[in-house]
Amino acid sequence: MFSKSMEFIVGLFVLLGLAAMAALATQVGTASLKKVDSYYLVANFENVGGLNVKAPVAIGGVRIGRVSAIDLNTEAYTARVTMAIDKNYSELPIDTSAAVLTSGLLGAQFVGLEPGGDFEFLADGDEIELTQSTIQLENLIGRFMFSGAEGGTE
Amino acid sequence: MISFILKLGARTLSLVSWLGKGALFIFPSALGMLSVLRRPQLIVQQVYSVGVLSMMIIVVAGFFVGMVLGLQGYIQLSAIKAEANLGLGVALTLSRELGPVVTALLFAGRAGSALTAEIGLMRATEQIAAMEMMAVNPYVRVIAPRFWAGIISMPLLAALFSLVGVYGSWLVGVGQFGIDHGIFWSTMQAGVEFQEDILNGIIKSFIFGGVITGIALFEGYNARPTSDGVSRATTRTVVNASLSILALDYVLTSLMFGGLN
Repeated sequence: MFSKSMEFIVGLFVLLGLAAMAALATQVGTASLKKVDSYYLVANFENVGGLNVKAPVAIGGVRIGRVSAIDLNTEAYTARVTMAIDKNYSELPIDTSAAVLTSGLLGAQFVGLEPGGDFEFLADGDEIELTQSTIQLENLIGRFMFSGAEGGTE
Repeated sequence: MISFILKLGARTLSLVSWLGKGALFIFPSALGMLSVLRRPQLIVQQVYSVGVLSMMIIVVAGFFVGMVLGLQGYIQLSAIKAEANLGLGVALTLSRELGPVVTALLFAGRAGSALTAEIGLMRATEQIAAMEMMAVNPYVRVIAPRFWAGIISMPLLAALFSLVGVYGSWLVGVGQFGIDHGIFWSTMQAGVEFQEDILNGIIKSFIFGGVITGIALFEGYNARPTSDGVSRATTRTVVNASLSILALDYVLTSLMFGGLN
């Protein structure tokens, strides 16, 4: 009743299914089974635009962490962005600057870091002082049209 | 008015008795699931008839669903020159929703109905009564191995479905429309996350597997022992299982991806 061939086929089926899961994890997604430790940095922006929690934090386009929280700094009324940075990238100079950038014209927004030249490094919980807010397309277009109209009257 | 109250009362009573039957079914099944672990061969046999035999329909369906997603996705995305994101869209759709849900619907039709018919017929031909006469616990011998088989097979089948679907859309997107092979995979890998997307899909399919086999076995076990009763029970299995999957999917999706956490 329980023939060896059936057991073999069932074993094959289970292996195939597990292989499909593994392929989904590694081929389709980016499985990081090893948990990467991270440390947190804070930056205050005047305007974060459409930045989302979990948006990437990148240096030169390479992802080094994620935005872990966005809330309002009630003392200065700025947007306080908390970023979780991988422990592998723990040597960021303290004069590193942060900017909210957009990938492509209509792409998702992310935080771009620009490392400075200092020999002291940012530690867990430190604040990035130099920040640049997102470029708002609406303001830019408005300013352009305004100055364009002015130029026309001259 | 009185007939309305009568009807309401009858409905309520039948609902309560149905719930009671369900509870009376679940507890011995859960106990049986523990004790059948000592006889894994019973489970292997059921994984064969529930899982392996369902593989063909899952793989073929997954392939065509992936191809259709690739085709429709390409048509829509190329209108805004974003066809590079086709792989990402298809992979997210499949791993989060369509993989578990369509697999579950097919599984309910292919394996659930067979389980109900099989057990209903066992009931009708008094095989279950005969087992009880011989002091063989039918929950351990009949119900529990099938339960395990459903729970083991569903995630494996859903993973196969998603993977085959991704390759189906790859065939259409890269093969037919000439999206760059590297871009197709790299946008997918950049956007799909293991825990958020794939693991949640696997958890979904686990739950669906339990729900489908639970409904199928319950309906079969409580089927009226006539040919008409078995046929009705089979119909109820497919209808109830499909509807519960779709409703449950919404609940699970809103829990997993709804941003409630």
